[in-house]
Amino acid sequence: MGRKKPSRREVKDWLWGYGMVAPLVAGLAVFYFYPFVQSIYMSFTKTGAFNRSTWNGISNYVELFGDETFWQSLKNTLVYVVMTVPVGILLSIVMAGLLNSKIKGTSFYRTVYFLPSVTMAAAISLVWRWIYNGDYGLLNVILNFFGIKGISWLTNPNTVMIAIGIVGIWCSCGYNTIILLAGLQGISSNYYEAASIDGAGPWYVFWKITFPLLSPTIFFVMVTSLINGLKTFDMVYMMVPTASPVYKEAQTVVMYFYRNAFEYGNKGYASSIAVMMFALIMLITIFQMRFQKKWVIYD
Amino acid sequence: MRKREIKKALIHLILIAGIGVTILPFFWMITTAFKTQGESVQMPPIWFPSAWRLDAFKEVLAKPNFLMVYKNTIITTVVTVLGQVGLCAMAGYGFARIHFPGRDILFVLILGVLMIPPQIFLMPQYLIIQNMGLLNTIPALFLPNLFSAFGTFLLRQSFLSLPKELEEAAMLDGCNRFQIFLRIMLPLTKSSLVALSIMVMKFAWNDLMWPLIVNTSAKKMTLAPTLASMISEYGSNYPVQMAGAVLSILPIVILFIIFQKQFIEGVASTGVKG
Repeated sequence: MGRKKPSRREVKDWLWGYGMVAPLVAGLAVFYFYPFVQSIYMSFTKTGAFNRSTWNGISNYVELFGDETFWQSLKNTLVYVVMTVPVGILLSIVMAGLLNSKIKGTSFYRTVYFLPSVTMAAAISLVWRWIYNGDYGLLNVILNFFGIKGISWLTNPNTVMIAIGIVGIWCSCGYNTIILLAGLQGISSNYYEAASIDGAGPWYVFWKITFPLLSPTIFFVMVTSLINGLKTFDMVYMMVPTASPVYKEAQTVVMYFYRNAFEYGNKGYASSIAVMMFALIMLITIFQMRFQKKWVIYD
Repeated sequence: MRKREIKKALIHLILIAGIGVTILPFFWMITTAFKTQGESVQMPPIWFPSAWRLDAFKEVLAKPNFLMVYKNTIITTVVTVLGQVGLCAMAGYGFARIHFPGRDILFVLILGVLMIPPQIFLMPQYLIIQNMGLLNTIPALFLPNLFSAFGTFLLRQSFLSLPKELEEAAMLDGCNRFQIFLRIMLPLTKSSLVALSIMVMKFAWNDLMWPLIVNTSAKKMTLAPTLASMISEYGSNYPVQMAGAVLSILPIVILFIIFQKQFIEGVASTGVKG
């Protein structure tokens, strides 16, 4: 079809192109493309003695649907997400709004709020474990000062997820605030001037100007927080050891996957958990993409 | 006028409260690390130790493998940052600027990796490392992380935003593609390279799960899993645990204080572009 034969110079350029992407593409093929396919395949196999796998059909998935521990871990993860994402984003919007008002010292505040998000989750969990300690923890000391009797936060089935969720918000709030603040600063002041000439109140200005213009940034923060929430591992792993009386109430899906894959040696079963997680995240992403048309405004 | 000042004071008050909540755990981490074990569980608690003792730090540093673990973490982080940023920059340039056959399909596949939750790769990655005979080695810690779909995507975007004329002039001067990439284009994407380096560094330094998976030997560990093992090792010796935590976060916090502008702006721009 009239496609002209490439010139020598063009071919040479192509070869440079292949050469430059080759190391990365080869690495991705070995460590990402192939593992993805392998994981899906393994989810249909059973791991027996000497790590030998045999075809197992959909039994892993059937087992998974009847596995109470799996459902419990999914519930724990969703509870964590539902607790942290809305509260965290609301808090970040408020903080970003305050930082965006014409005051001095904004960059100092920004720097301090950002600090938790650069520090190691394992180290942070170690401190919060200590703060939550039922006998000597700082939190109970402070509560005691206000006449409230504290409990052992990380070993009580009713409070363990709330306690971890608070740390999650503490860790990510500053990070999200910075992103939202950048979004706020990107809104042209013309809109606000026009509104103030029209005598619009602050509530009206927020809902009719700030929120719609900030909505793409809020959407971005929401998607990343949601996906990070679903992947929660580090903090729960650090704060709730396997021997904990509330281990069942705190184990997340990724933790259950990890234990199955690398501690119980159920590689096939673990793969089916990973595939289910993949499906869940895909579903949520599709849902969000659809739903965003109703409230996110891109100009 | 008056009303406005009250409003400003109120805003500062809330923001300062926010600082308090943010800083308190760090404050508690640091002061506990300098206390004796007795002081750490004293009731009512003392805010500052009676003397700034280094005993807890000495105990952590005397722990058989701690310095080794520190070195492992530094090596892993440096190699991951240099390797990943280098490979992603090279590929990002190739995808952005050279029209070779099959380019678009390859790039779509790479975008696909971006959408997939990383847990799904973990077990086969582990098996590959095992088959390569690399379990319990330093390369196991960084090997899969040298390759990143996200980094390639990010740097391709920044190469796309550069004007084409620059390259054409260099091409006429007889530079080859790699020379153009290295000498002309790469320096122009500095801010993206820095942003990616910071992200990768944070990830590599702080990562808990991957080292936990591939390495079991305490000599080949990084800091995060070592902190995890200190919980059972030091039970209620909180000063030692806090000293370990302080030492683990110190390098990143120092880098953050020096390069805070780059740390914060890199993040701020991801949201606006995203």
